[in-house]
Amino acid sequence: MTTAPIKFYQVGSYAIGNRLLPSAAGSVQSDADRTNALTSGHRACQGCGEALGARYALDAAMRVANNKVITVNATGCLEVFSTPYPETSWRIAWLHSLFGNAPAVATGIAAALKAKGRTDIRVVGQGGDGATVDIGFGALSGMFERNDDVLYICYDNEAYMNTGVQRSGATPPAARTSTTQAVGEAPGNVFGQGKNLPRIAMAHEIPYVATATVADLRDLENKVEKAMQMRGARYLHVLVPCPLGWGSQSCDTVKIARLATESGLFPVFEAERGEVTASKKIRRQVPVEEYLKLQARYGHLFSPKRRDDVIDHLQAMADRNIVRYDLLESAGE
Amino acid sequence: MLKQIEGSRAVAEAVAVCRPEVICAYPISPQTHIVEGLSRMVKSGELLGCEFVNVESEFAAMSVAIGASATGARAYTATASQGLLYMIEAVYNASGLGLPIVMTVANRAIGGPINIWNDHSDAMSQRDCGWIQLYAETNQEAADLHVQAFKIAEELSLPVMVCMDGFILTHAYEQVDVPEQEQVDKFLPPFVPRQVLDPANPVSIGAMVGPEAFTEVRYITHANTLRALDVIPEVAKEFEGVFHRHSGGLIRPYKCAGAETVVIALGSMLGTIKDVVDEQREAGVSIGVLGIISFRPFPFDVVRTALRNATRVIIIEKAFSLGIGGIVAENIRMALAGIDIAKYTVIAGLGGRQITKASLHELFETAVTDDLRALTFLDLDQELVDTEIAKTRVQS
Repeated sequence: MTTAPIKFYQVGSYAIGNRLLPSAAGSVQSDADRTNALTSGHRACQGCGEALGARYALDAAMRVANNKVITVNATGCLEVFSTPYPETSWRIAWLHSLFGNAPAVATGIAAALKAKGRTDIRVVGQGGDGATVDIGFGALSGMFERNDDVLYICYDNEAYMNTGVQRSGATPPAARTSTTQAVGEAPGNVFGQGKNLPRIAMAHEIPYVATATVADLRDLENKVEKAMQMRGARYLHVLVPCPLGWGSQSCDTVKIARLATESGLFPVFEAERGEVTASKKIRRQVPVEEYLKLQARYGHLFSPKRRDDVIDHLQAMADRNIVRYDLLESAGE
Repeated sequence: MLKQIEGSRAVAEAVAVCRPEVICAYPISPQTHIVEGLSRMVKSGELLGCEFVNVESEFAAMSVAIGASATGARAYTATASQGLLYMIEAVYNASGLGLPIVMTVANRAIGGPINIWNDHSDAMSQRDCGWIQLYAETNQEAADLHVQAFKIAEELSLPVMVCMDGFILTHAYEQVDVPEQEQVDKFLPPFVPRQVLDPANPVSIGAMVGPEAFTEVRYITHANTLRALDVIPEVAKEFEGVFHRHSGGLIRPYKCAGAETVVIALGSMLGTIKDVVDEQREAGVSIGVLGIISFRPFPFDVVRTALRNATRVIIIEKAFSLGIGGIVAENIRMALAGIDIAKYTVIAGLGGRQITKASLHELFETAVTDDLRALTFLDLDQELVDTEIAKTRVQS
């Protein structure tokens, strides 16, 4: 699939409006006949990044697979807010088993479909960061290693939001969670820990690994479409801000996701068979502070006493990503 | 077909002719030979239309089976001991979702201390997990119970655990009439799932159920489980019609009718017990045996009927509840509530210890004169434990 680079930075938010695109390239979300995997009426919070990401990702997957998709959901917000019995927001074949086994359940579905000769039906596993990087990590690694025909999508909101914002292996350093509170000498989460799951996924040399955010839904859709055109184990890691857990305004979800990318803290890239093949370029790197200050989980870095040492440490992490993934747009472009 | 065959191999061949579609397993002794056999059959093309998945843990094994079963595939796995414990969360989930998975448990002790040999601690720990539990006495029965298990499971939309004693059965070579494809095809229809993940007719499976409906959901599962008490004997009868041998059912009485003393047990130790009972009978003792095949659900009524005229029962079991005593015994007490029958619990064969005829003779002789303690550990080195316990008391 080829995607033409689009550089219509027509509004202050750098958003790209459909009206500036050729109609064929317009977002399917604006189509009355669009697929609707996760329909309205669910119980997600206002401004939930996960609900937004999941809807776009699954709709894109269904589009590629002619609606023939089965999805497995790990326990977590997405599962809880979408299926309070006897209601469901899923208009897609959907199974929830446990917190830590979604990748293995997805493997079982893929194996069943293969045994039945129904490889036209595609399997998508999905879970939050807790389910993916922590409790379901073994199952995910096993699924990768066997190269099972599953697209697994992690909606990363960087903590256990469903249980009340506890730290996960994906919680960034310095962030306040209910188990890494903003108290003591080193308030918030510690530095030097945490798992970079996209890189771990790449180490399995699976066909496709990509990251995305809800700030660029077209990019997310494109990556899902690309992943769905491949077979084998594929991994998509989507940053989904959580107003509740991050202490941010509901209206800032997309903005914060964009700042995560533009600061360099969350690199958006693609990798195939263990090698980075593309990264989303940043036109102008913003200081991490712009990203941090919108979130109460980093409030202790600014008040009562400004912690430049910690902010600098986070800036250094962002700067490292800039180099590592070659994120800056070159001057000549 | 009659074969001189290892128990594990007999089970593998029996499972294969049930036309499984997804088999997954993680290695743990003494279950390994079963899945090794099946993996070879799938790889060689002998077992067609089946995917064999080498998973990274027992938790994943049961999870793969859950996904496969929910997609309408006949799913099978096998485990034992620590492996069963490692998959518990998924074991409960499979029964809660009503997925008719069949699993062999090659019964083995659980640690610590680590012990790879046979007893029933593993399966007994899962007596409340919502799976049907069937215990095989012989390898013939182990093979047959697997064929019946798929039928029972799919009829009830509930998972079934077939328990066979690790090593004693799994690794024993004996004559087994291995079920053949044409026979099994007559007996076991293709799997028609009660609900299935199908993009053409999408359903949400595994929704969150709150306090307003959870009791009802669990009650319905309870009622469905109790229905197994009718289905298990029916399936055994149908099996006999096709295979011309009796296998399975809820219980198996042996010289039980009219016996003053009845010995109750599960699994392979029934063989040794029956030999001893035969010898006791020759010596004029009024003694019989009641084998329990279906431990879950527990057949209270038929057990009560079978035992109601006995003077005493001796329950021999290969697991126990620490600080409490017998597990099977507790169920026997419930079955015999209100009937005046002396009950002796004997814990035997833990961690692979041999249950010898000599020990059983002595045990039964003590029991028939009512000189047995209510809870006995067979062949316990009393002197050793007394010394050790005394030492701990001095230290503290």
